[in-house]
Amino acid sequence: MTLLSIKGINKHFGGLHAVNNVSFDVTKGTVKALIGPNGAGKTTLFNLISGFLQADTGAVIYKDREIQRLRPYQIAAHGVARTFQHIRLFPKMTALENIMIGRHTHSRAGFIAGMLNLPFTWKEEKEIKEKSLEIMDFLGITGLADAEATSMAYGQQRIVELGRALACEPELLLLDEPAAGLNMRETNEMGRLISRIRDKGITVLIVEHDMSLVMNISDEIIVLSYGEKIADDRPIAIQKNQEVIKVYLGEENA
Amino acid sequence: MQFGSIRYNTDTPELLFRYGMNWEFFFQYIIAGITYGTIYAVVAIGFNIIYNATGIINFAQGEFVMIGGMTAVTFSHFMPLPFAIASAVLVTMITGGVIEILFIRWLYKPSVIRMIIITIGLSILIREMSMHIWGESVRALPYFTGTSVSSINLGGVYISPQVVWVVGISAIAVVCLNFFFSYTLLGRQMRACSANRDAARLCGINAGNMVTLSFMLSAAIGALAGCVVSPITYVQYDSGTPLAIKGFTVAILGGLGNSMAAVGAGMILGVLESFSIWIMPAAYKDAISITILLLILFLRPSGIFGSAEVSRLKEF
Amino acid sequence: MRAKYLQLFVFAGLLVVIQLITMFTGSVYHLTQLTMTAYYSLLIIGLCMLIGYAGQISLGHAGFFAIGGYISAFLTTYDLTPHQEKVIISLIKKTGILVSRPDLYGGSLINLHPWAACMIAILTTIAIAYIIGGPVLKLKGHYLAMATLGFGIIVYRIVIGTELLGAADGISGVPGFSLLPGVVISGSSAFRVKNYYTSWGLVIAAMALLINLIHSRIGRALSSIHGAEDAADAMGIPTAEYKLKTFVLSAALASLAGVLLTHYNGGIGPSEASVMKSVRYVAIVAIGGMANLWGALFMSLLLNYLSLRGYFGTFDDAVFGAILIIIMLFAPDGLLRKKTISDIKRLFARNTAEKEML
Repeated sequence: MTLLSIKGINKHFGGLHAVNNVSFDVTKGTVKALIGPNGAGKTTLFNLISGFLQADTGAVIYKDREIQRLRPYQIAAHGVARTFQHIRLFPKMTALENIMIGRHTHSRAGFIAGMLNLPFTWKEEKEIKEKSLEIMDFLGITGLADAEATSMAYGQQRIVELGRALACEPELLLLDEPAAGLNMRETNEMGRLISRIRDKGITVLIVEHDMSLVMNISDEIIVLSYGEKIADDRPIAIQKNQEVIKVYLGEENA
Repeated sequence: MQFGSIRYNTDTPELLFRYGMNWEFFFQYIIAGITYGTIYAVVAIGFNIIYNATGIINFAQGEFVMIGGMTAVTFSHFMPLPFAIASAVLVTMITGGVIEILFIRWLYKPSVIRMIIITIGLSILIREMSMHIWGESVRALPYFTGTSVSSINLGGVYISPQVVWVVGISAIAVVCLNFFFSYTLLGRQMRACSANRDAARLCGINAGNMVTLSFMLSAAIGALAGCVVSPITYVQYDSGTPLAIKGFTVAILGGLGNSMAAVGAGMILGVLESFSIWIMPAAYKDAISITILLLILFLRPSGIFGSAEVSRLKEF
Repeated sequence: MRAKYLQLFVFAGLLVVIQLITMFTGSVYHLTQLTMTAYYSLLIIGLCMLIGYAGQISLGHAGFFAIGGYISAFLTTYDLTPHQEKVIISLIKKTGILVSRPDLYGGSLINLHPWAACMIAILTTIAIAYIIGGPVLKLKGHYLAMATLGFGIIVYRIVIGTELLGAADGISGVPGFSLLPGVVISGSSAFRVKNYYTSWGLVIAAMALLINLIHSRIGRALSSIHGAEDAADAMGIPTAEYKLKTFVLSAALASLAGVLLTHYNGGIGPSEASVMKSVRYVAIVAIGGMANLWGALFMSLLLNYLSLRGYFGTFDDAVFGAILIIIMLFAPDGLLRKKTISDIKRLFARNTAEKEML
């Protein structure tokens, strides 16, 4: 079953054709990777899906619904969570609080309820906290709960950001270079986490530069080059694809 | 902050209005509009010089105009008018430089909100100090030539000679500034700094000094405006802020940082304001420019002459 | 959980102590300025929510204060006697929200009841805040500052230029506001102590509401918006809506403050709408530490009181200008900040730790 479907999407920045008529599908319950050299339009594509950018033409269909015109927070409410290439944790808040923010779409206390401290909010707050701690437990970072998020080690920050996205209970998780800046051990750990997330039934779309990670965890891979899709296949086939090897992996790998 | 409205003491359009409208009055309105528009444009250019060098909007910009006018009036008691004006511009210029060195220079990458608050604080302090130095009385320089009742006949339209002085001196100042930024080494260095501070630094330009210089230039041009316009509008310790608001409106109207567009925008605002007296009470006149400001901010923050693409790229 | 309310009780105790001190030192007249301070504090804590927690600066809050004050002053002083034959007035009269009271010359006036006027004032302010808040809060940095400043100036120009609102003289002769039976907000010295406790009671109630808000889901969302707006957006937080709601909340508090202080003072003048007032409020929030309700409240208590008692003399505005500059130059996070205290603690802890190492 197709969860996300991109149809002929285009995005220009001035004279630069950042995304050129790209179409692809993401099947529910799979890990799909988006690779390509720097400037291929991967992050732009992510921003188009998550609502941070509007496409010039084309459609983004999520669960049979066009989400192109929705604002990012509305897309998140539909069950699409994302992380950022450059970690965007909330400063002056603990790791736990950061993850609790992720529960926002699953709670409802508004301004009035918050100001009056209505009894239903007590239960809600308790649920938010429990669920967030559960996610920290799943990610193995329970010990970091009270650490200020932006003062933690880089690798830990990546995991907290992942936790924050998971707290949304997304159906589609968009990971923008989750292994960037991580060492080999941390990268392997990240790979295992992503596989476990997939096993929970969450569909993952990932942008990543680390080839071994991508090859290990992905069910399907899309290769972009200069904004155009040049391949969309299983990892084994991608490794053998002559055009991909030419533009991306380099001649010596042929 | 008291916002005394700018005073007309000659050819008051309010007065003319009582006698109905005809072509002659129509031109009088236009001329009044151009006179004020010129001053707004000069104040806007003052904003732009500092904005281009630092990315800061100097909320104390109007106070430079006020200091210029005030010191010129004081000096004019001791020396001939041209010397008084020159000294006033010099004093304001030094004040601008000192302010930058004391309050701006040593801050490491200050946030926008911090700079806003600091320059607002400076504007209040300067105004209050001026009140203690000069008192609350209204002052003015004498007319540069002639008196408040003399006029020049331009094909049936009578204009005050001071209008010629205002427009003439401002035009010369703008042309000189343009020459300075385009053709002198120092001016080019300043432009290099505003385009890319780090790269300019790598080329051996002292970026810190360029910022000080931008404050001095901005103060000087503001002071000059304060001097030439003071015979018409008078000057008082609190007359800086309304000018600053209008100058800012013009700067936004033309697109922040674009000084040539500011001249056109200044004329538009000046004339609009002058004609606004037709349709609303004069007491609300100052609200006109602010309403225009808000409308532009809401609808087209890049200014009517600016491009939306560029302004989106600017960090705000 | 309950600890967050403990401070409120301590603060209430402090207010009682202040009242007792003025009683025993025979300086009860100080309570007048302290009561006025309370109403300004209502505005300040609302502004602190907006600036410190939602991260949006406003240089126009005196405008909201003035809208509240002026609407309520106008409605409770505008004499409807000449119009009472009109259908609409007689309809309003039937609802019982009109009151008649004697005027200075033995005649009688028919005005709107202060409660009705207060409601109209606050609802109007909320409507205005909603309407201008939408486009204004889309702006950032300098543009936001200038737009809010512009709003404040427009309000100022309107109140000073409109004859109906008393132009430069403002509106006087505003009656007291009987909030509850036996509780009248007015400046008469007979009610001085009662008014003192009423005003600060309202401040404490507002503080309780805001403290609750900060510790709620919304408060967390607001600090996330302040920290990283795009990430908050991606987490499903409607950033524009929350900023707007905080803006409206702070405007409503400012308006309430304006209404109550106007009744307390018996009038309002255009200086309440001046930009200098707005700047002063921002200065107090800044020195209190931006995202620190208690800091803002204490600084409001101290500085408003000193200013209202005239301790700053002709340097009143200059003092606030200087405060702004000094705070922003040397302690942009404010003086009363938990971090400063914890920094000092850490400094000591490090020193002792180093000694132990030796």
